[in-house]
Amino acid sequence: MSYVGSRVGRLEDPRLLTGAGRFADDEDRPGQLWMRVVRSQVAHAMLGAVDTSGALALDGIRAVLTAADVSLPPIPVRVSPDPSDLLAYLQPVLAQGRVRYVGEPVAVVVADDPYQAEDGADLVAIDYAELAPVRDARAACGAGAPQLFHRLPNEVAVVTASFGDVAAAFRDAAHVVELDVVIGRQTAVPIEPRSLLAEWDEAGQSLDVWGATKVPHFNRRVIAEVLGIPPAQVRMHWCDAGGGFGVRGELYPEDILVAYLARLLGRPVKWTEDRAEHLVAVNHSRDQAHRIAGAFDSGGRLLAIRDEIWHDNGAYIRTHGLTVPELTVSMLPGPYRMASFEATAHVAVTNKTPCGTYRAPGRYEGTFARERMLDTAASVLGIDPVELRRRNLLGPGELPCDRSMRALGTDVVLDEGDYPGLLERAMTESGYLSWVQEARERRCASRLVGTGMAVFLEKSGLGPYEVAEVQVDHAGRVQVTVGGTSLGQGIETVLAQIAADVLGVCLDNVRVIAGDTEMLGDGVGSWASRSTVVGGSAVLRAAEATGALARQAAAVLLGAGDAELRLAGGRVNLASAAQAGSQGQPGERGGPAAVSVTLGEIAAALADRPAGTDLPPGPLGARREFSVDHMTYPYGVHLAQVEIDPGTGAIRVLRYFVAYEVGHAINPATVEGQLVGGALQGIGGALFEEVAYSPEGQPLTASLIDYLLPSAHEAPDVGTLVTEDYPSRSNPLGAKGAGEGGITAVGAAIASAVGDALGTPSVPTRLPITPERVCQLIDDAQRRICSLFEVADSSEDVLLGNGLGADSITVPERLDKLSVLGDGFVTGSCHLRSLRERLPEQAHESQQQG
Amino acid sequence: MTDAHSIRITVNGTEHELAVEPRRTLADVLRHDLAYTGTHVGCEHGICGACTVLVDGLPARSCLMFGVQADGRSVETVEALGTPEELGPLQQAFTDHHGLQCGFCTPGFLMLVTAFLRETPSPTDEEIREVVASNLCRCTGYQGILRAVRAAADDGAGS
Repeated sequence: MSYVGSRVGRLEDPRLLTGAGRFADDEDRPGQLWMRVVRSQVAHAMLGAVDTSGALALDGIRAVLTAADVSLPPIPVRVSPDPSDLLAYLQPVLAQGRVRYVGEPVAVVVADDPYQAEDGADLVAIDYAELAPVRDARAACGAGAPQLFHRLPNEVAVVTASFGDVAAAFRDAAHVVELDVVIGRQTAVPIEPRSLLAEWDEAGQSLDVWGATKVPHFNRRVIAEVLGIPPAQVRMHWCDAGGGFGVRGELYPEDILVAYLARLLGRPVKWTEDRAEHLVAVNHSRDQAHRIAGAFDSGGRLLAIRDEIWHDNGAYIRTHGLTVPELTVSMLPGPYRMASFEATAHVAVTNKTPCGTYRAPGRYEGTFARERMLDTAASVLGIDPVELRRRNLLGPGELPCDRSMRALGTDVVLDEGDYPGLLERAMTESGYLSWVQEARERRCASRLVGTGMAVFLEKSGLGPYEVAEVQVDHAGRVQVTVGGTSLGQGIETVLAQIAADVLGVCLDNVRVIAGDTEMLGDGVGSWASRSTVVGGSAVLRAAEATGALARQAAAVLLGAGDAELRLAGGRVNLASAAQAGSQGQPGERGGPAAVSVTLGEIAAALADRPAGTDLPPGPLGARREFSVDHMTYPYGVHLAQVEIDPGTGAIRVLRYFVAYEVGHAINPATVEGQLVGGALQGIGGALFEEVAYSPEGQPLTASLIDYLLPSAHEAPDVGTLVTEDYPSRSNPLGAKGAGEGGITAVGAAIASAVGDALGTPSVPTRLPITPERVCQLIDDAQRRICSLFEVADSSEDVLLGNGLGADSITVPERLDKLSVLGDGFVTGSCHLRSLRERLPEQAHESQQQG
Repeated sequence: MTDAHSIRITVNGTEHELAVEPRRTLADVLRHDLAYTGTHVGCEHGICGACTVLVDGLPARSCLMFGVQADGRSVETVEALGTPEELGPLQQAFTDHHGLQCGFCTPGFLMLVTAFLRETPSPTDEEIREVVASNLCRCTGYQGILRAVRAAADDGAGS
């Protein structure tokens, strides 16, 4: 039985279930001090005097520092093709001369205990000369906007991606559909707040750090540079991490401060943030406005997409550089065929918390814009939304498809797959057509129920490389160390499955240590759904090399010459003997010649190799690096059914389904867990979550009472279909990353279902779809219906009660034009049916297919 | 330490005597003074529930209680439910049904549900969802947690 491909229980669970996990805040060191950051209370101001005397006078305070007391480099860019023109926008570790967002670190207090540190921080008095704040990206790019940086534009960069001749496509199009969409500012909110602990060893001139994750080797290099010591002198210890989702593990000001202060004070320094701090300090994300347009021929074929994006990056460029806008533009075409495409993203700084990546960055936003445009086009063209997608999805024959574009420094070449095929399977497996029928019946009973869907493309398995090392000890236990990190995705189990199968050992005999820079000097990290694809492939190669070494050694120990040897049961066995079923013990009491030897015995034999032996050099293990220059592209379908309470505007997700092609699921249970967890996070982003700011730039959602995460009440039963029809050619496992596809299209699918429920396919166009916004949509629709009937046919009685009305891009003059806009009318009276009879055959028949 | 109060707390059957400041939360006392690091702090304002422990048998947010309020009381934390080598029935159900991923919220759910199943050994699905909705998880989407609690209840974990 092979471990790979089976639903084995997770090796991480026993420690996590019994309180034996090692999260960063669980670690305390003798003589430890506590750090508290003093943060700006103002969104935009020149920084005056910072009076630290009150804090310094307090009992237990060890140090109070501002930018004037330290000279530290700004937070560097980690991922971005060419950061050279971003350097002026990088964030100082402590504010210098000007504060640019509420929450920006201005001073740091160190005390004997965290309560005193907080008392001290409250006594630091900061003088602000307030300036007008810049509230969003479009305003930032506008003329006359206050400038965040002296003699520098608020528009940091314009990021573009394009192919074909967009102008010609739009000129010749039979139909053009254009709409504005907005994705609100959101953040990941892992349940564990960040925590860091650093301890300096003066004698060894070395630093130990607990709390690093995601990209420990990069962070180590930066910290070593700041302290002026070689990276090998900084050890980032392995830790459990309470969820990453993109925001945890990047290098933040606190990562540098903790390390710097530990050496300065010669005592361990610990910092653990509280939730209010987390919500203004950790990377925010999304926050984009799109003006997207689609050009179609008369047959509903997509000729081109054009999109102009205003990306609100917050006050500074941090470690992700321009990654999110770049992913937005390069992934926007998704799985669809089009001859021409052009996307332009204006990246602007504003007086809000800086942004970075959050699960499916760029793709959550771009999928929402694209699929909303397609739903609108379906309504305007009078084509069923599913049919419109069928006509425009790239078929299997058209893949691989070179988009002649680049993303994250790699060419976008979509690998093999069957997008329309997965759409059909998803609809069949989920019973989507019965969802549609049920929704239609309920609408006739005046209930606002609707169905919606979205088809999307993801990207995973980003290079450049990952490193893994396998070692076998004298007891035959296998230790795997890898550059990725454990964030809850279960890589300790998944990577153990790979190693155990290759070495023929049982799973419990394999221990995976991820992200410890001492045990593995080099590595890249866990993000962008790469741990299994790239890390797993490195483990596979290292395990194969270890297996080969074991067979080579066994041939000598068993005197087997070049007879076939097999790894199984923790042993190397003579294949012929194994067939004959004999199981002799090696070299005992003159019994039959030894037919197998355990991996532990081989490890011992290689460890004390006699001179002149034919045994290969030990130890029994190998280290391999797996590099890849192309990403691999999973794809999927999301289906949703929702109900809206017309009185409150609240939306309940009744049914949800995620279908995802992952090439090869190493552990189907953990893949499904990623899809269901991603879907819930996506439902939060679609309905509840938004980081809101006042006109003065004050954050209005600095607690979990205001930034609402979905609970079990809001969780539908999420159905999943994981397909493995097109193993990836980019790696020997055939795997595609599964960490983000659960969230990517949730905003799009739920908005589509809400539009269906309201009979207004082209709205909503803004996430999150809050109750207030739904009530506004209902009022708008009713007003349109009332005006419509007065225009079209005064004898009709106007729809009353919670009646909802037509959606229109342009208000149609005549009643029959109304029919093109879909059948989603709901009315308190029998009016609905009379409208139904007027639907021309074509629109009526296509609705049935839907 | 300013005005410290000496308190006696029994944790998982072991009595502890220590001096704490009045403003020190029970979560900090458990985690940093008594080294019961299985209890986790996720928000410090009573919403996420990761810090849930049982005080005299009832679930409580230990981030919203002061250590001095637990004087003379008996506290149960996740460390009492089983060991990595031998999981308790509810813990076993969580791993069988993939009811955890990062594990940070898990101790809070385990203690909440332990008290719930003692009180309601055979709950309905709606009752389970109602209780599970008291705490937040950001990784699993709750599906595995709900199934685990259902399975544990059916196997009599509450009795």
